[in-house]
Amino acid sequence: MQDLHLCAAEKRGIHQLGGDERVGWDEVTQGIILTSFEGDASEIVHQKAEQRHYSDFNSYTASVASWRVEKPVFNIDVCIDCQNCWVWCPDTSIISRDKQMLGIDYDHCKGCGVCVEVCPTNPKSLLMFNEQSGLDEALAAWPEKKKKEEK
Amino acid sequence: MAEKFDLNDREVWDGNYAASQALRQAQIDVVAAYPITPSTPIVENYGAYVANGYVDGEYVMVESEHAAMSGCVGASAAGGRVATATSSQGFALMVEVLYQASGMRLPIVLNVVNRALASPLNVRGDHGDMYLGRDSGWIQIDAFNAQEAYDLVLCAFKIGEDHSVRLPVMVHQDGFITSHTAQNIYPLTDEAAYNFIGDFQPVDDLLDFSRPVTYGAQTEEDWHFEHKAKQHKALMDSRPVIDEVFAEFEKLSGRKYNRVETYMMEDADVVIVGLGSTVETAIVAAEELREEGVKAGVVGIRVFRPFPFDQVREALKGAKAIAVLDRSSPGGAMGAFFNEVSAALYSTDTRPLVTNYIYGLGGRDFSIDEAKRIFKEQQANADAGHITTDIQQFSGLRGPHLGYFQTQRG
Ligand code: SF4
Ligand code: SF4
Repeated sequence: MQDLHLCAAEKRGIHQLGGDERVGWDEVTQGIILTSFEGDASEIVHQKAEQRHYSDFNSYTASVASWRVEKPVFNIDVCIDCQNCWVWCPDTSIISRDKQMLGIDYDHCKGCGVCVEVCPTNPKSLLMFNEQSGLDEALAAWPEKKKKEEK
Repeated sequence: MAEKFDLNDREVWDGNYAASQALRQAQIDVVAAYPITPSTPIVENYGAYVANGYVDGEYVMVESEHAAMSGCVGASAAGGRVATATSSQGFALMVEVLYQASGMRLPIVLNVVNRALASPLNVRGDHGDMYLGRDSGWIQIDAFNAQEAYDLVLCAFKIGEDHSVRLPVMVHQDGFITSHTAQNIYPLTDEAAYNFIGDFQPVDDLLDFSRPVTYGAQTEEDWHFEHKAKQHKALMDSRPVIDEVFAEFEKLSGRKYNRVETYMMEDADVVIVGLGSTVETAIVAAEELREEGVKAGVVGIRVFRPFPFDQVREALKGAKAIAVLDRSSPGGAMGAFFNEVSAALYSTDTRPLVTNYIYGLGGRDFSIDEAKRIFKEQQANADAGHITTDIQQFSGLRGPHLGYFQTQRG
């Protein structure tokens, strides 16, 4: 589930700013106004992110993954679908469908760790791991439920 | 539909009331306002028009001038006709957002009732705040009296909203002197005023879901320079549009406006160049001096931005000695206005003598006598063929003479 297909990954790079392709001052848009979607967007609220026709100028088509040093890893077996992480992620990088958490959009997650901080389960369903570590490796290293301390 | 407002052919309004009536007639969609002396009555009156049903639009009360201009930016980007008013510290707090508005090419109209900047705290009028806006990319128009405050606010909508311009516009008037002095005003009918401005025609409105757009994108070194250049060109290219709007307004009202106003300049030797209500004081002084045989003339800058470089040069090329009056603390330099007028004159063949007077700070009265004294000093300069005083002088200041820099020709 963590490799949910995002069209952002495909669209990215179409609008590369090559040296010779750069337009002059007379060709830039008035007021730095950029179209966000291709065509009509009246129905866009009913479409899932990967179904929308983002324009090349939409920040959705740009990746900020390289900013990350650590990444959050999602453990679906512990998650209670409380949506806390979805609400708190400052980059809308938590993917939720029909109130079920599916994983992380690693194109736009910049590794701030807010989602991990707000996750209420025991153990947490989101944990930060080294950017290079694989999913299986991370899940194998998942901590046990913490026992309540004896009073 | 808004209620009908009863207007007489002639009304007695102060500058604030005049500006608020122009806003009412423009049928604005959103006014986001945070009141500050002396511009408070503009939005206060406007609020009353909304409350009494004379206006259909929204009146948004916010918690600061920064928020007021931010609200205006949002509403304008969404596709509405938008205006507000401010002064002094409030203007200073807006400055950050003024750059957003002009960069996004949003045709917001801002009434600036000019007032000194603290400290010391002062509610009276000078031009410190006007100068603070001079690089913000807004068109700046200056009203010298209450009638003009009314007329020029109407023109401001038409200029800013013109699709070839699409820039925000400030209309300035002098705090208290213009804003709180009642005069005879000849308003247009609501229909004539609205038809003159026309319906608002949005461009790239944020709420158009058939083509949603992003406003205020980040650019960095890749694009910032190009966008700023394009914005500057739009501002420079607004000059003929301003002239056209003024010409159209003259047809409608009989009142003629120019980007540079000249009085008795056909044969003037000695000239005062000024802004705001000072221009009218200088005109009275010049008329009185004409009777004594002094060839005095006055030049008032109506459109401060885009600065009418060529028209200033043209208007002043025949003069011998010129006093440029800055109603703003110079902050360690010659007055900003002096620098601009001098720069325009530097490329003339005749290159008249130019001196800089700092005057009227914090609302200090500028009298006809003071204007006459300045004219007479200019006459002495003209007769001597060189500047006989300090190039920069503080006029109307108590205490010993304060001035800087001597001419190297003397
Ligand atoms: S690490 Fe930060 S950006 Fe990434 S998913 Fe969590 S909250 Fe969002
Ligand atoms: S905060 Fe934790 S438990 Fe709640 S939905 Fe997110 S991952 Fe699941």
